[in-house]
Amino acid sequence: MRGNVVIAGVGHTAYGKLPGRSTDSMNVEACRKALADAGVDKDSVDGLFVKYPTSGHRSMYGQTVAEALGIQPRIGGVWDQGGATNISMISFAAMAIENGQCEVALVTIADNPRTGTRQAYERGWGDDAVFGWFGTPAGYAMIARRHMEELGTTHEQLGAIAMAARRHGAANPDAQLRKPLSAEDYATSRPVVDPLRRDDCCLISDGGAAVVVMSAERARQLSVPAPVPILGFGQGQTSWEVAQRPQLTSTAAVVSGRTAFEMAGMTPKDIHVAQLYDCFTIAPLMTIEDYGFCKKGEGGHFVEDGGVELGGALPLNTSGGLLSETGMPGMQLVIEGVRQVRGTSANQVPDASTSLVSNQGGIMHTHSTLILGSA
Amino acid sequence: MTELPLPTVTPLTEPYWQGLAEGELRHQVCATCGNTWLPGREECPRCLSEDVSWSPSSGRGRIISWVVYHHASHPAFADRVPYNVAVVELDEGARLITNILGDPEGLAIDRPVQLRIEEEQGVSIPRFVLV
Repeated sequence: MRGNVVIAGVGHTAYGKLPGRSTDSMNVEACRKALADAGVDKDSVDGLFVKYPTSGHRSMYGQTVAEALGIQPRIGGVWDQGGATNISMISFAAMAIENGQCEVALVTIADNPRTGTRQAYERGWGDDAVFGWFGTPAGYAMIARRHMEELGTTHEQLGAIAMAARRHGAANPDAQLRKPLSAEDYATSRPVVDPLRRDDCCLISDGGAAVVVMSAERARQLSVPAPVPILGFGQGQTSWEVAQRPQLTSTAAVVSGRTAFEMAGMTPKDIHVAQLYDCFTIAPLMTIEDYGFCKKGEGGHFVEDGGVELGGALPLNTSGGLLSETGMPGMQLVIEGVRQVRGTSANQVPDASTSLVSNQGGIMHTHSTLILGSA
Repeated sequence: MTELPLPTVTPLTEPYWQGLAEGELRHQVCATCGNTWLPGREECPRCLSEDVSWSPSSGRGRIISWVVYHHASHPAFADRVPYNVAVVELDEGARLITNILGDPEGLAIDRPVQLRIEEEQGVSIPRFVLV
């Protein structure tokens, strides 16, 4: 199915603090803009895939969104892989389209943990709360420590990822945080859960984002102006408790990336630009290793000295990612991946015709990969 | 002092917490395949056998990784920051979340540790000291 299905349109709300906006309303705004970008009417939509909002989990929320959109989809619903959900839903939509289950799918997310509750990211981990084991950042810190101690990764190398994201975000007019980060700023950033510092951690943001998915043939029939072919996708998953992982220094990105690259008939050498899920700086560093851009343990060297900045070996998170554009879990990375192969990014990589995107959920519990090409 | 978020003792986990109250850290063992693990569950996660039982651990293990909280997500830990949380692998193979007592400068991956049960608010909590 390589290239048979396309992302036909993308749309998003403002990012940041959006008091008074419901997730229903933000989903509608994002979908309306994505449909306008694709140049198609909502009445053609017959698939609706929705990520649940972490700030308020409601049963069968997909039908709430369908009602707000005034559509009656043939297929869809809510999917829960945490931050890996968006790319996974795009791949489910693509498989549904390939198998005649729908023709035009909306894939959408909206959440408001910034003005609503961020409890989902700060709660205790079951009975282990008695040890003070709380929150998402600590899980990533546990993984980062092992990576640093076992493989020699340094704070400065983690900082290189944060500095690249913040530099890219500063040039993105839609970014929530547009303040570049110096090496000194990073070095003096306050510890949150050591070894992670504040500037290793993503933003907390309100917002919504959506994409329209359809077959390349349907996009031609509907005269979609800038369809972006989906060349490959993959997923991978591991166990719930961080303590139970067979190893902490590798992630489900290994199997997810391999699946996507095999489907696309490509290798990391074929990738021009990447948007890798950067909830915490350690995550994209490990994803770079697990995808095979370098060997395990060499991710730190890969990202330092401008390796992931514009002009580097792999321009990374060119809209600012979760660290700078918005803390939204993942769809903004898909949208930037689309912009790069369309040639419309605020930080455009010259002649980018292949674009890699990763999404990741929980504490590296779930992973999904998307490879996009140019029309 | 604000109350700690205490564990919810269920029929499944009661032998674990009862063991700690009696001075012993227990892990589960599968009679079918010999797998060992924590936390307690009804079936062996390797062979799916229901023939599982609790067994005393030596209390010896090693540090897999650790973090140091500089921010408390719960008021009970506000006057404990900075405090550490670690993953320890017991010599028998099971892994658990815990705290490491003593000099924080001594923390290192694969460093041997020994069980030290501490009682707080009526609950016996399995922590470890550096060996």
